[in-house]
Amino acid sequence: MNDTSPSIATKRQPVADKAPWSLADFVLRWESILVLLLIAVVIGNTWRSPYFLDIYNLSDATQNFAEKAIVALPMALLILVREIDLSVAAIIALASLMTGLAAQAGVPAPLLFLVGPLVGMACGLFNGTLVTRIGLPSIVVTIGTMSLFRGIAQVVLGDQVIATYPSGYTDYGQSYLIKWPPLYLSFIIFLVLAVVFALVLHRTAFGRKLYAIGNNPVAARFSGIPVERIRFWLFVLTGLLAGLAAALLTARIGSTRPNIALGWELEIITMVILGGVSIAGGSGTIHGVMLAVFIIGLIIFGLSLLNVPGIVISVLLGTLLILSLAAPLLLRRLLRR
Amino acid sequence: MLKTNRREALKFLSAGALAASAGSGLFVGIARADGKRIAMVVKNLGNSYFDACSNGAMEAAKAAGGFEIIYTAPTKATAEDQIAVIDSLIAQKVDGIIVSSNDANALVPAGKKAMDRGIKVISFDSAIAKEGRIMHLNASSTPLIGAKQVQMIAKTLGGKGEVAILSAASTMTNQNSWIEAMKEEWKKPEYAEMPLVATVYGDDQDDKSYREMQGLVKAYPNLKGVISPTTIGIRAGAKAIMDGGLVGKVFITGLGLPSEMKEAVLAGACDTFAIWNPVDYGYASTQIMINILNGAEAGPGSTVSMGRMGETKVGDDGEAAMGEPFVFDKSNVEKFAAIF
Repeated sequence: MNDTSPSIATKRQPVADKAPWSLADFVLRWESILVLLLIAVVIGNTWRSPYFLDIYNLSDATQNFAEKAIVALPMALLILVREIDLSVAAIIALASLMTGLAAQAGVPAPLLFLVGPLVGMACGLFNGTLVTRIGLPSIVVTIGTMSLFRGIAQVVLGDQVIATYPSGYTDYGQSYLIKWPPLYLSFIIFLVLAVVFALVLHRTAFGRKLYAIGNNPVAARFSGIPVERIRFWLFVLTGLLAGLAAALLTARIGSTRPNIALGWELEIITMVILGGVSIAGGSGTIHGVMLAVFIIGLIIFGLSLLNVPGIVISVLLGTLLILSLAAPLLLRRLLRR
Repeated sequence: MLKTNRREALKFLSAGALAASAGSGLFVGIARADGKRIAMVVKNLGNSYFDACSNGAMEAAKAAGGFEIIYTAPTKATAEDQIAVIDSLIAQKVDGIIVSSNDANALVPAGKKAMDRGIKVISFDSAIAKEGRIMHLNASSTPLIGAKQVQMIAKTLGGKGEVAILSAASTMTNQNSWIEAMKEEWKKPEYAEMPLVATVYGDDQDDKSYREMQGLVKAYPNLKGVISPTTIGIRAGAKAIMDGGLVGKVFITGLGLPSEMKEAVLAGACDTFAIWNPVDYGYASTQIMINILNGAEAGPGSTVSMGRMGETKVGDDGEAAMGEPFVFDKSNVEKFAAIF
């Protein structure tokens, strides 16, 4: 019985840490496809509209997607570890409501920025507890909390609006933080966070752990990775950044209604999926998500410059998403035939 | 295998992107050579009321000549989506923006930004708060709305017979101020033989309004007319008249939507009812914008022209009224029922 063991020992193969670098692999990566797509979008927009390549216009355009993009970063990590949070838009509504109530109670401007993230964190704690401690599926939990969080905002606000925000607070959302190049606070925060997320996911052991969980949570558990704890804190992080997005959005529009950020969860998840994060978990990159953010943001801005109706833009984005997901799969099937 | 797939996918995607960007050329507006561009931004698309407003806007632009109308709206009726639409209009450097706002306060920064960059901003239908626009055009005013409803029932009844009011909830400020205005009109001598006998509240619920209407008819056997200054009250009341076989004995009037009142008007339960005409409303708003772009003053205290809709005076709050509500009867209800 023992005579097979020497052959195993002799046939042992060295395994490299990484696959060897090859130009073909680099060019054909999902991110490379996204870069081409982004270039196509920029060229198309510049060609169709004389107003597109204008630094102030582009800067204004970032305002309309930066808040969603901030939430897309932690959402990418959640989806990477096979979870999802559908309640982010509802968290934004609840966090905005609490910010509004705090403003009415006379909380000074700088502190108002803290209310949203704190409320968001509390919502994230709630989601995370239900998913990781009780063991409910995240899609079910967050469909529930989506109704719950926004429901609270609807009950408190009714058909009323909170619009009594101090100008010391709204100025941060409405005017350039840096005059040249003209940049808004929300966009700067997004860029900084994106770099941090990219470094953590792609350059640290913690990042590798996330991929391990996404690829095989059971194996990850047996390797000593605290799977449930990491998932729990990712929910908290998602809530926190949704709350931050709420603080920025509320400052920008200076008004809180129960329908604030309605439908954003799907727009945020679209960014993540188009960015190449697999909905099954285990693969995807932050730079992919960043590229998708710019592609979607600039497609919407470019088509709006041509006064394409919003419904048509939605149809085009939906088509783009489905094409980008289905094309590789369909082609693989065709080639197998 | 995988590489081939990726290469194919890449071709597929980039071709798709190019097609999409080329396809967008289809939507480029009409030649904008030297004409001025006015954008009408409404609450959301796919709303036939606003489509009717935009028809009025086109009519005004056509009559004036040299103006192009961009009719647009967000997909969802939220403030943030509407701001994104306005941002793109500011980027295009349109000349004027007419807004029916999803949130009076949230649109102020967008309105200010537009005005800072030399774009004229006015609101209609649903106002932007004072600081974010030059002026706001209301469809009508409280005294005009109140007076019109009394005049309508007086015409139907020949000025004789008991009349009651079927309102929404007793706490509704709009309805209460209109009822006050009605009572003001009622003081005139021509209504001496047409007393107001009761005011009841249907809470803007169909079933409660229906029962209140039945109760009125029982409590006041000589009742001849009912005024309902709410679209829900008038349709429920009209249904109670038709269901109870009271057509010809009791008439209802008030503020209603043609699409909901068509049946009652054709059956004879309602002789006339009123509401603002969205085509006129869009026309008047656009006409004001055209005048502003041609240099007219539209600040508080000024008088602005609305073309075929006459003139209106802008109040101290920067708001003006288009005129009295538009009356619908057998002759025109079917045509407008198709619109809103």
